[in-house]
Amino acid sequence: MKLLGRYVIFLGQMFTQREPFKVYVRLVIEECYKIGVGSVFIFVLVSTFMGAVTAVQTAYNLLSPFIPDYVISLVTRDMAILELAPTIMAIVFAGKVGSNLASELGTMRITEQIDAIEVMGINSTSYLVLPKVIASLIVYPLLVILAAGLMIYGGYIAGIFTEVITKEEYIYGLRADFLEFNVAFALIKAFVFAFLVSSISSFWGFYTQGGALEVGQASTKAVTTSCIAILTADYLLAQLLLT
Amino acid sequence: MIEFKNIKKQFNGKQILKGIDGTFEKGKVNQLIGASGTGKSVLLKCIVGLVTPDEGTVEFDGRDFYNSDRETRKGIRREIGMLFQGSALFDSKTVEENVRFPLDLLTKMSPEEKLEKVNFCLERVELENSNKKMPSELSGGMKKRVGIARAIVMNSKYLFCDEPNSGLDPMTSITIDNLIKEITDEFNTTTIVVTHDMNSVVEIGENIIYLFEGEKKWQGDKSNIMQADCKELEDFMMSSKLVREARAHWK
Repeated sequence: MKLLGRYVIFLGQMFTQREPFKVYVRLVIEECYKIGVGSVFIFVLVSTFMGAVTAVQTAYNLLSPFIPDYVISLVTRDMAILELAPTIMAIVFAGKVGSNLASELGTMRITEQIDAIEVMGINSTSYLVLPKVIASLIVYPLLVILAAGLMIYGGYIAGIFTEVITKEEYIYGLRADFLEFNVAFALIKAFVFAFLVSSISSFWGFYTQGGALEVGQASTKAVTTSCIAILTADYLLAQLLLT
Repeated sequence: MIEFKNIKKQFNGKQILKGIDGTFEKGKVNQLIGASGTGKSVLLKCIVGLVTPDEGTVEFDGRDFYNSDRETRKGIRREIGMLFQGSALFDSKTVEENVRFPLDLLTKMSPEEKLEKVNFCLERVELENSNKKMPSELSGGMKKRVGIARAIVMNSKYLFCDEPNSGLDPMTSITIDNLIKEITDEFNTTTIVVTHDMNSVVEIGENIIYLFEGEKKWQGDKSNIMQADCKELEDFMMSSKLVREARAHWK
């Protein structure tokens, strides 16, 4: 509970005594580039393969003359949009970006760079953390859209090459029983997970004490706590918005 | 002038500072000395507001830091320049960007004015033409000098230096000490140096406070530190062979 209280105070500090708006514009753009461009490769790789595996495994499980083949792409599409792109990729995001944020801020803390900012009369929480959170809120939903698209495309490639489904059936399945709300739901999840990963990871990094060992521990805690928060929020959002 | 009264601080039940009073005078190099673990850096951090004391007051030219509103505190902080033990330069920024950092955030100067100011400060610490270097390309002494340049770029009234000589060779230490002294005289700053380097004490110490186990045991200047009637201070000084020899010579 004490930790939760510190986290809430930390979030509050981000929004009080901020520097002028224009300071954040440049910082947010820099962070968007670092977080976004730095994550594209791993997102492309993971999501393409995940889509391919989903299609092949669905085909394997639904091998029956009573189930039409287009169900493979329908399942791949819904799995990608509802769960794989926003949630599983959030865990990848926590591993890639969360650990990086925690170690960056942790190193700044132990080398007194955060103290140097604080002594100048600048709100270090707001200056260092707010741009990272805003950048994550902008970039992560875009990465989720990219991931969902690539998962569907990965499923298409795998399905066609292994001849478990024809091109026409795959396209038909993608269009069948499509619910637009699923996309909105995925984006809501993306915003929530982006906030959780960036703020929790920054929190662990910001309050690191000690040396290199503690920076490593902060990084591990950032990923672990982010994953727990993602899975808990995933369940709560599903309960709130899908039932 | 900085005046602090009854500063107390404990961590995890251990009393680090046991009610310390003192003053740091304007235009002088004030030094906080003592062995490692006596609370020098904690006291320094309490004075600049990086650590909040459990009890006590700190006044910057009559302005009470801990009992002021947010704006006054912010104003005081913007008059403080600080050189950290490890220099605390931003790794991802060049020397010029490091020194310019407070100007970018806290002033409305034009880019040309900022560059002029940065170059003036870098020249002052004898690091002209190092603008584009990264901190990783600098030696320990150069990093300290960049740290000093960043600390004075806002025309700081109060200059705090946390162990400016740590990790430096004797020659570079003397250079840094002399630089701190020159800057204090030139800009009439209230300079506070935390050190356990006796060479630095006898070189530039004009108002010295000796701490022992979280308490102030002695206050004076370099001219009377050798005759100080304080057992703990004597033990501390006599641990340096150089001081032992100097004292024998002086006697």
